[in-house]
Amino acid sequence: MADLDWVLALKNKFSDTVEEAPSGCLVLPGEDIFRAVNFLKREYGFDYLMNLAAVDYKDRLAVVYNLYSFKLKEKANLKVILPRDNPAIESITEIYAAANWQEREAFDLMGINFTGHPDLRRILLPDDYTGHPLRKDYTKEGFLPMPAV
Amino acid sequence: MALINKLPIITEKIPGGQIILSSVDFILNWSKESSLWPMSFGLACCAIEMMAAGAARYDMDRFGAGVFRASPRQCDLMIVAGTVNEKMSKRLRLLYDQMPEPKYVMAMGSCAISGGPYYYDSYNVVKGVDLIVPVDVHIPGCPPRPEALLFGLMQLQKKIKKESIKNG
Amino acid sequence: MPTLEIQQFSVSFGPQHPSTHGVLHLQMDLDGEVIVNCTPHIGYLHRDFEKICENRTYTQIIPFTDRLDYIGAMNNNFGYCLTVEKLLGAVIPERAEYIRVIIAELNRIASHLLAVGTFVQDLGAFGTPLLYCFREREMILDIFEMTCGARLTYSYYRLGGVSADIPEGFVQKVKDFIRYFRPKLADYHRLITNNAIFLIRTKDIGILSKEKALNYAISGPSLRASGIKFDLRKEEPYSIYPRLEFEVPVRNSGDCWDRYIVRMEEMEQSLRIVEQAIDKIPEGDFIAKLPKIIKVPAGELYFRTESPRGELGFYLISDGSTKPYRLKCRAPSFSNLAIISELAKGVKIADVIAILGSLDIVLGEIDR
Repeated sequence: MADLDWVLALKNKFSDTVEEAPSGCLVLPGEDIFRAVNFLKREYGFDYLMNLAAVDYKDRLAVVYNLYSFKLKEKANLKVILPRDNPAIESITEIYAAANWQEREAFDLMGINFTGHPDLRRILLPDDYTGHPLRKDYTKEGFLPMPAV
Repeated sequence: MALINKLPIITEKIPGGQIILSSVDFILNWSKESSLWPMSFGLACCAIEMMAAGAARYDMDRFGAGVFRASPRQCDLMIVAGTVNEKMSKRLRLLYDQMPEPKYVMAMGSCAISGGPYYYDSYNVVKGVDLIVPVDVHIPGCPPRPEALLFGLMQLQKKIKKESIKNG
Repeated sequence: MPTLEIQQFSVSFGPQHPSTHGVLHLQMDLDGEVIVNCTPHIGYLHRDFEKICENRTYTQIIPFTDRLDYIGAMNNNFGYCLTVEKLLGAVIPERAEYIRVIIAELNRIASHLLAVGTFVQDLGAFGTPLLYCFREREMILDIFEMTCGARLTYSYYRLGGVSADIPEGFVQKVKDFIRYFRPKLADYHRLITNNAIFLIRTKDIGILSKEKALNYAISGPSLRASGIKFDLRKEEPYSIYPRLEFEVPVRNSGDCWDRYIVRMEEMEQSLRIVEQAIDKIPEGDFIAKLPKIIKVPAGELYFRTESPRGELGFYLISDGSTKPYRLKCRAPSFSNLAIISELAKGVKIADVIAILGSLDIVLGEIDR
């Protein structure tokens, strides 16, 4: 994967900040993600946002973007690591309209703040809910974890 | 008077009109149970089995209950088919309060009875719809077969047969 | 002289409504009967799928995937099992592959039948097409009940294959169904497709252009009705799809009628797939020999399959234990629904019902 055209171009443009994780994901810092995604969409035709997921590694949070290019028939997996308190990242709603609802869901369930999002409010849980359930340290009164068998 | 004696009811010959009271009960209960109009309150997977119970193979219309009304003001049976979560529970109570008396509630499926497979590890699911509305008949299954829904309907009809206008 | 004030009227469409295909709440601002603003509110069926999955073993998650898209449940099982098996590196026996594909395609036909039946019912054909569709669907559900015992949420697939072998009489019953169903499809075309009222209600309504479809990550029959020929069974083939011959129907105008026709033609193509595969089922095991306690090696993977509603993706992060660290389900209806606020601007209320029916959403997978 390291010798693909667009991977090399990405590494050239954001040279000292793109690393490749062992699972094949390209890890970028949060400030570069908007320009990187824009670059991939304009130059290499990555015009389809397949998936946007938020992950809670116990000491940090991460946002994963899976992009697809119809022209090259290639998938791009980008990951951004965020700190646990006040996680904030720029929204890519201007590039892909599909990111609108996916980012709202990541905010709702994981508490990641997407700056520049046109309408960032809860989407799946009631509007007056407190807490972000998908975090690993979430508890609530009446929350029953499954008993070990 | 001879006609009333031929009807299949228990007649008690006590002065004060007992005979006429029980036959009024019989007629009222018979008309209530034979024309239960359900409200289409299908929330999740059980709704598809409810639709299948209303379709041609397991016809629910032969019990008089085939007319699914969309508006709560026009129906007398609410079949809660599916998982109820906190966002939906307020709407559920509102719709129940809008139904006119006499009204009945059937909890269809294990999610409506007790939270179902979403009992553990869920922060959002109401563990049983009887925490919100009073339930008459519970129908177990995940999802219950259409025959189970029809059996539940018949059990509700048996329950209605025992009602009396004396006791409300 | 008192002046006339015109105000917008705000109407709540749902969450309890016969035409919303589940518990969807559309908040509409109306100017007369024309919609100025339409905001969808979801979350009335949010059942905490992703939190639950972090505390269950891989096999215990399979019944929960059934309940995501409960109309085409076998395809959900298929997508999930393929994702985990890719990380495991398991090899599936041939017989299991054939059984999986036949069952998944039969479920696709059942799902499209329900979609078409409820779509046409919402437009006003109250009863006849829906009951016809349910009649055929019951025949398919009979085949499934014979195989795995359940009618709606099957949990038939297991990691490594399927949970039980196909019984005696399965092949004959499927062949009888194929022979019975082909002329019925022609009947549906005669009944619905060129009906004058149906054409007025659906032609040129809810037109979805190619650029908008790609921008909003639409997938499935709605994408193919907008002119983009993309089917994951052909582009990124999985299981035994490379050996089977079928076509991908594509239409160009992207209106409701095109989405309906693409689904009807997909049913015909699924019938072709089942016909080819049913004769070639080899002998062998129906499940691979995996260890009793399945531990998936650490890694992460996003894998997508073609469900009746579009691209169903599972993003799995595993940390080497028996339970997944993070499992996210990318539901096709979630992305397909986001476009309703764009498509509903400037149309009448009756047209919103047509657009919603033609997008074919299932709230179980939107809310997860």
